[in-house]
Amino acid sequence: MRRCLVLLLVAWYAVWALPAAAQTGSDAAYARLASDSYADIEAGIAALATSGDPKAGPVLRALIDNRLFYRPDDKALAVKDGAALTDLRTGAAVSPDGFKPVRVNNRLRRAIDASLGTLNLLAPDTATRRSAADAVFKARDAAALPALDTALARESDVGVKRSMQEARAAALLAKPGGASEIDRLAAVDTIQARGDSEALAILRGLANDPAQSVRDAAARGVSGIETRQALMANVQNAWYGISLGSVLLLAAIGLAITFGVMGIINMAHGEMVMLGAYTTYLVQELIRQKAPGLFDWSLPIAIPLAFLTAGAVGILIERTVIRHLYGRPLETLLATWGISLILQQAVRSVFGPTNREVGAPSYMSGAFDLFGLSITWGRLWIVVFALAVFVALNLTLKATSFGLKTRAVTQNRRMAAAMGIRTPWIDAFTFGLGSGIAGVAGVALSQIDNVSPNLGQGYIIDSFLVVVFGGVGNLWGTLVAALTLGVANKFLEPYAGAVLGKILLLVFIILFIQKRPRGLFALKGRAVEA
Amino acid sequence: MTWKGWLSRAAVAGGLALGTLTTTVASAQETIKVGILHSLSGTMAISETTLKDVMLMLIDEQNKKGGVLGKKLEAVVVDPASNWPLFAEKARELIAKDKVAAVFGCWTSVSRKSVLPVFKELNNILFYPVQYEGEESERNVFYTGAAPNQQAIPAVDYLMSEDGGSTKRWVLEGTDYVYPRTTNKILEAYLKSKGVKDEDIMINYTPFGFSDWQTEVSKIKAFGSAGKKTAVVSTVNGDANVPFYKELGNQGIKATDIPVMAFSVGEEELAGIDTKPLVGNLAAWNYFESIKTPENEAFIKKWQEFKKNPKAVTNDPMEASYIGFNMWVKAVEKAGTTAPDKVIDALPGIEQANLTGGTAKMLPNHHITKPVFIGEIEANGQFDVVWKTKDLIPGEAWSKQLEGSKDLEADWVKLKCGNYNTKTGKCGGA
Repeated sequence: MRRCLVLLLVAWYAVWALPAAAQTGSDAAYARLASDSYADIEAGIAALATSGDPKAGPVLRALIDNRLFYRPDDKALAVKDGAALTDLRTGAAVSPDGFKPVRVNNRLRRAIDASLGTLNLLAPDTATRRSAADAVFKARDAAALPALDTALARESDVGVKRSMQEARAAALLAKPGGASEIDRLAAVDTIQARGDSEALAILRGLANDPAQSVRDAAARGVSGIETRQALMANVQNAWYGISLGSVLLLAAIGLAITFGVMGIINMAHGEMVMLGAYTTYLVQELIRQKAPGLFDWSLPIAIPLAFLTAGAVGILIERTVIRHLYGRPLETLLATWGISLILQQAVRSVFGPTNREVGAPSYMSGAFDLFGLSITWGRLWIVVFALAVFVALNLTLKATSFGLKTRAVTQNRRMAAAMGIRTPWIDAFTFGLGSGIAGVAGVALSQIDNVSPNLGQGYIIDSFLVVVFGGVGNLWGTLVAALTLGVANKFLEPYAGAVLGKILLLVFIILFIQKRPRGLFALKGRAVEA
Repeated sequence: MTWKGWLSRAAVAGGLALGTLTTTVASAQETIKVGILHSLSGTMAISETTLKDVMLMLIDEQNKKGGVLGKKLEAVVVDPASNWPLFAEKARELIAKDKVAAVFGCWTSVSRKSVLPVFKELNNILFYPVQYEGEESERNVFYTGAAPNQQAIPAVDYLMSEDGGSTKRWVLEGTDYVYPRTTNKILEAYLKSKGVKDEDIMINYTPFGFSDWQTEVSKIKAFGSAGKKTAVVSTVNGDANVPFYKELGNQGIKATDIPVMAFSVGEEELAGIDTKPLVGNLAAWNYFESIKTPENEAFIKKWQEFKKNPKAVTNDPMEASYIGFNMWVKAVEKAGTTAPDKVIDALPGIEQANLTGGTAKMLPNHHITKPVFIGEIEANGQFDVVWKTKDLIPGEAWSKQLEGSKDLEADWVKLKCGNYNTKTGKCGGA
């Protein structure tokens, strides 16, 4: 929406404002912008921002979007709008011959963000003003103070006003000794109230302030924020742990059926996840080509398709290979491992060895702030999705006739057969169900991992760990194990590092399995002896 | 004539007939065999398959020009399947059984280390086309990728400069294996020599294929909030990069706040990611596809035609393969033979125009001269070159930053030694 507004504004300027404005101090700024030197362009940006030229905003916006062009011969500047180039000074359409893009790097992007922030402080739209205030806050530029004061006097929105006050405080503190001691002390309070890592950065920068009182206030502020952040770090670790646990749960839950319930050591489980991810890729490609408007629906569409694809492959594998190997775990292990290699190479031959791009729908990108805890939407949806899959699978096993038959067959095959259940078909469909669930997991994992032929390999060991740790044959055990491992991993990681943390966890599981060979929730009863 | 003799002759004739059927080359003509040792399956296939294709394209092109020494080149492709011991086995097969004149291959340092003894024992030539951690110079190996002083050091210099944001605080983030560990050791020593304090350097390692970057990225975020300009120098390798960049984007870390300078992320890797949140992040290479020179444009066009894919991208190791292959051709023509000893002696001093407008020269230490470019990721998955070195940088086999290696010198022309200790005056002083 905002992008549309900006485009509209740019278009409006292109049509009306440009011809009228062949004048003033902005000419000097334009001359500097039409350059290949970053230093010149930076000077041009600063000059343009303070020139009062009404075109300044749109021109800077065009610059950061790589839509500003210049002609080295006569230093003409032009804005690209769609396919057409419009000369900035005359407003006439020009041919693109001889024009080169004005280049930007990070240093210029920072300068433009700051200047655009200052320019947009008086924008009519609340959200624009808020992001403008944030940009000025980040820039910490004392030159923005007059603009901030004007904007503050006019501002009516409480939230935006607070952002602006913070920006003003940050700008005041930018130069040590730049303002009076009382002003700086008040600014320290404002910054401390903000309480995030940006605030921490500013307060830490005050360690060399000339005034003792400001140094003390800043130090108090730093320790206050640090105490709060140490507390938040634990909450954050818990959240990261739950999020990692949900990924482990998704990866392992299909295996909890094929390995846990059926007892098949299925090394090709990871490849079912991979097939699900590639199904997502195909769905997205199709949508991109045929109906780009449906892109946000690509994941809901991919879920059933991934289930069917992976499930069908699973049934095929069961019917052709695994059913001949029941009761022979070693041969099953080798055969399924072979199948996993075959599937990987097949995908590599069809799709190529490189990663495939799976995009994130709008509701899965970005993050939001919850009491200072930054939660990314993608991770949140994966947690929700993992729990939903878990509940659905549990219901299937507990509340449907198919689930009843599955449990009957796995608990006492002969008795089940005697009751008229076609056990071979139940075997095939149960394996298909486990594989299909793995495929569904692939849809979610495509959002956070590489979609490459090796996708599954990264999850197979973790999946087995989770299922064994949780207790073979128990879905609840899988849930608890996945979350436990996830949270434990994330609490270890900050102290031990990612590599050592993982090793420590493995050692713990080995010790645990020594003590309780059947995992957290051991099955009791006849099935165990079978 | 005995039955046996007659039979074997018939078999040879049959084989020749088959040969004429499968290749267009006249069967009587002898060929020069060239080995290609890149993984076509397993984890490294993602990167190495492209290099195999580039080699096939270069050999095909050379044959169209009439081959080398009047003979056609014949590529022998083997698949070491990302399995390090298998690299040594396949190398032995190429040299001993197929009698190749030279081998182009390897990507990871561990695969190079595992084939080294084979090349020494059977005395053949390996062209290694990937940037690596240095600390090595072997008579049988020619390194056409960048040494640390041709990639890592200039990249850090750029980040310290005003254009790069005057970085004061450093995160060295790497995958846990030999290349990142050595590179980070060199960088740490270099940063300290520039007056960076211990508390301003954070070094993190993650396992291969790491995918849960939440904690690591939030650590970087926290480290970056100390009131000093912070940058990440990433030696994260392979697949782990995609989730790393995705997490950076998700947690809202923009290149204008904390830029990431990567040494292993090229055009090929970016093809698998939505690059919009990454705009402005950096990579240091000796080649970028976006560099406009007539040679480069011709190369890209040929490559896209060869791959029959108008979107096929080119990257730095491909250029290194291109340089290595052409240097080998020139050396063979200069020596007048493909005998490895003669070619090894002929190679130092050989010059080959690189694709970005300069000239690469093979040095006595078996490394080459290279320009260094810093590129910023653009929204279209290409790199915009924002900085480059004025001159070509000669590759240093032994880092000047590390204790134990700064006194070493490699010179296969005068000293005939890969690790000559200038202090003790002896060869083999590592």
